[in-house]
Amino acid sequence: MAYEEPVTDYDKIVENCTCAFCGSNCDDLDYLVKDNRVVAVRHACRLGASKIMEDEDQRLIVPMIRDETGELVETDWDTALDKAAELIANAVRPLFYGWSETSIECMKKGLKLTEYVGAVIDNQATICHGPTVQAVQNVGYPLMTLGEVKNRADMVVYSGSNPMNAHPRHLSRYTMFPRGWFRPRGRYDRTLVTWDPKFSDTAKMSDIWVPFEENGDYEFVNAIRAVLKGKELKKDVIAGIPKEDIIELTEAMKNVEFGALFFGLGLTHTLSKQRNIDIAIQLVQDLNAYTKWVLLPMRGHFNVNGFNIFLSYEMGFPYGVDFCRGYPRYMIGETTTIDLLNRREPDVFMVIAADPGAHFPGGALAHLTNIPVIQIDIHWGPSTELADVVLPGTFIGVETAGTSYRMDSVPIHMKKAIDPPETCREDEWIVNELYERVKKIKEASK
Amino acid sequence: MEYILKNGIVYDPTNKVNGDKKDVMIKDGKIVDEVSSDAKVIDVTDKLVMAAGVDVHSHIAGPKLCVGRLYRPEDERRGVKPKTATTRAETGFSIPSCPTTGYRYSRMGYGTVTEAAVPPLEAKHTHEEIMAIPNIDISPLTLFGNNWFVLQYVKEGNLDDLAAFVSSWLKITKGYGIKCVNPCGSEAWGWGMNVHGIDDPAPYWDVTGRQVMRALVQVNEMLGLPHSMHVHTNDLGHPGNYETTLKTMDCVKDIKKNPSVSRDQIMHCTHLQFHAYGGTSWRDANSGAEPIADYINKHDHITCDVGQVTLDETTTMTADAPMEYDLYKLSGLKWANKDIELETASGLIPCIYSGKAPVSTLQWAIGLELFLLIKDPWKVVLTTDSPNAGPFLRYPRIISWLMSSDRRTEMMENKEVHKWATKRTSLGTLDRVYDWNDIATVTRSAPAKILGFKERGHLGVGANADVAVYDLEPEKFDPTKAANAPVVEDVLSRALYTIKDGQIVVKDGKIAKVVPSRHLWSNVQGFEKQEKKVLNDIMPMFNKYYTIKFENYKVHDHYIEPSIEYKVNASK
Ligand code: SF4
Ligand SMILES: [Zn+2]
Repeated sequence: MAYEEPVTDYDKIVENCTCAFCGSNCDDLDYLVKDNRVVAVRHACRLGASKIMEDEDQRLIVPMIRDETGELVETDWDTALDKAAELIANAVRPLFYGWSETSIECMKKGLKLTEYVGAVIDNQATICHGPTVQAVQNVGYPLMTLGEVKNRADMVVYSGSNPMNAHPRHLSRYTMFPRGWFRPRGRYDRTLVTWDPKFSDTAKMSDIWVPFEENGDYEFVNAIRAVLKGKELKKDVIAGIPKEDIIELTEAMKNVEFGALFFGLGLTHTLSKQRNIDIAIQLVQDLNAYTKWVLLPMRGHFNVNGFNIFLSYEMGFPYGVDFCRGYPRYMIGETTTIDLLNRREPDVFMVIAADPGAHFPGGALAHLTNIPVIQIDIHWGPSTELADVVLPGTFIGVETAGTSYRMDSVPIHMKKAIDPPETCREDEWIVNELYERVKKIKEASK
Repeated sequence: MEYILKNGIVYDPTNKVNGDKKDVMIKDGKIVDEVSSDAKVIDVTDKLVMAAGVDVHSHIAGPKLCVGRLYRPEDERRGVKPKTATTRAETGFSIPSCPTTGYRYSRMGYGTVTEAAVPPLEAKHTHEEIMAIPNIDISPLTLFGNNWFVLQYVKEGNLDDLAAFVSSWLKITKGYGIKCVNPCGSEAWGWGMNVHGIDDPAPYWDVTGRQVMRALVQVNEMLGLPHSMHVHTNDLGHPGNYETTLKTMDCVKDIKKNPSVSRDQIMHCTHLQFHAYGGTSWRDANSGAEPIADYINKHDHITCDVGQVTLDETTTMTADAPMEYDLYKLSGLKWANKDIELETASGLIPCIYSGKAPVSTLQWAIGLELFLLIKDPWKVVLTTDSPNAGPFLRYPRIISWLMSSDRRTEMMENKEVHKWATKRTSLGTLDRVYDWNDIATVTRSAPAKILGFKERGHLGVGANADVAVYDLEPEKFDPTKAANAPVVEDVLSRALYTIKDGQIVVKDGKIAKVVPSRHLWSNVQGFEKQEKKVLNDIMPMFNKYYTIKFENYKVHDHYIEPSIEYKVNASK
């Protein structure tokens, strides 16, 4: 990394802005603004800063519609919105997917549209922490806010996640380095543990690294639980870890004052899927008989958790909710995006602030190429290649204010620092406009 | 719009109207004594008419609820109803979705509900949910009992700064009043511990529940808040805890009430049923209702609500997180927890109260004992601590129990409840029944008075036109008959009319109109200088130990639309 001169040429600083990238939702960023552009970002990590100062040539600026020749051509807002509304109004099984990188305010409008047309609404949890939610529904959910960890934790475990790369400020801002009320020496007062088959960047800086075998997660956690319950381990090596190490680790976990377990998709998406999370949650529950332990899933997008919270309080279910019968149904495997697409049910797909083009399995993508796709987003991505109508939104937390929920469910009002490009429209406005136009079409045809 | 509700049988205890045949007149959203000839006449001849209900303690909006909904889809699948021309779809039984909550309260004839526990850090979440609940105004109570700043001020004995802190935090969180849950116990839970009794200090802080409760009551009276300090006392759910409850009630009795307030009490003890157990373990547990009722009968500084067990499968949720872990150890059901930095903790667990089970029955009977042993209905409010002892939609069933001692006897004789009801409590010997005036008191007048609402819970001139009419003719109907209990329950579950601020929101048991709920909050005047000083004092600690910037911590105005601000003059 080359040395970069600090930016000194700016008009104003906007303080306490919230990063709209990972689920850490750092709300201490300062934006240096010049000529209505963010020219530098203070406090953010590299991921956050690069997202905020987004390459403008990736930016979607004007509405587009795919013409008969298959090319996306620029058009005006009215034409694009009418086209999208017509697709939605005439659809039998519309599916509205994404939402994890937009505001709660926009989700509200999206849900209104969903209920009105009887669509399915779903977010990225369906492909990322869905198994976590299932596990939580099986066995429970002992959580905390991140400040609890900062102020009290003397042991922090990361499993199946590599925050140094994916949530770069997680350790420095919340869990390991900050000086907490009861941990005045910060890092020196805490033990960092990583359970991961890979020697990740987080593992490299850990006090204890437990490299269990690939797909050994369940067996390994199960062994800790067994030791905790006073059972004797019958094998000398479990999931690649010597029995003595497991016993030692269990003792250490029992003897801390406050432990926190963070887990990521590495745990959620290996062989035993939600069973891994089941047992991790149960381990934390067991440990509470001895001392204080809590856990938290490392949520990826800055509002992926927000969507699950929002949909739960509005309609009782966290994601993958189908309104085609006039009431909400949530059946994993039935009403969830990938399953619907694999069964080729949806006849219109609207994607907002998400990139299925980059993340969906082949079968699901194949169906997307056969049906009309509407995209609402701020930048060009693989999904744009699939889109028939492209509606350029604005950047939440930079150009538009809005509410998000951090990975630990702390609600944050993300403020606006600059004006959006003139030709773009706020996500909330776009979705509401779609609702109004769909309603007009539906009512005219009654 | 003007209305005249003609010839109803009106119960309005606040104005000493006890079953008189009367017209109720409405103009511009208020109760008036005269309307023009344009007024629309609604014939309610001989029907039961009351002010809309007021709930003093319920959990309906906020982070705990959401954890519940997220991890209990099995509960959401109970109570699903499709959308209609006026309403959105409904889901949930004990933890309904937000719109469902509004519709259900509204259909029961309720108009105002207190959300009983708001953690300041996540107050925005509570207000977001309130925005999604229609048809009832909502007064959120802010949690203070385990807040680090509070503990610190209490330790220093610095009541002046504490008062300014509270007044400032009510503005920041847009809270209506002070809530205190298991003071010091939820902080101890930060280390997986609890406190026992009111004199057991929180680890490190060296402050006791007694000190915190006294300080918060004093501060509440210094500020002259409309509602009193609202406490969930230590030791909830533990056999033998009635002694802690008695000590709690007694420990504040010398504190002087602010002369400007309209309520009588200085402390409201919530869901007393959970705090009224005798014995030493669940094996020998029995009722502690008598000494508690006796204390309340002899003292005027305390009011309470019951937290009546309804014998349902429900979800328990409370800021008393250590208690929830105790329940987990007992039942092994899926346990959730949510600790909040510098402020509080909370826990959840599903709970199956069954009439076949001795402990559930004991709890059921103790709740009813409290209703029947506390002589003055102005001191006791009907609640289920929803959803803890049962969902609020069971209020009509509880009313049917209160109105019929025959029904209660029938339940005990038919073995609908376990024999502990008669063996371990005095319920079998209590033949008191509530009449409609008593019912109107414990669901309207008393909660409104306790909360300090002058414009709610009654039908006097100038009151909000929040009215409920039920499809029942009290003069021809005998609610004491056991066979009539299902009728009472049915009729009270679906109001003939619910009127909210002069608008008909329910007709024939169905939602007729959807209006936004207002956020009710207290804005203390006259402490601005002290508040500024306190904010300056605490800012270094705030910045260092919270994980959010102060600017992003507060509830911005757009989260409370529409709202009603209660200006409070702290000048004494
Ligand atoms: S850690 Fe996450 S939220 Fe914080 S600055 Fe980096 S990308 Fe943004
Ligand atoms: Zn409660």
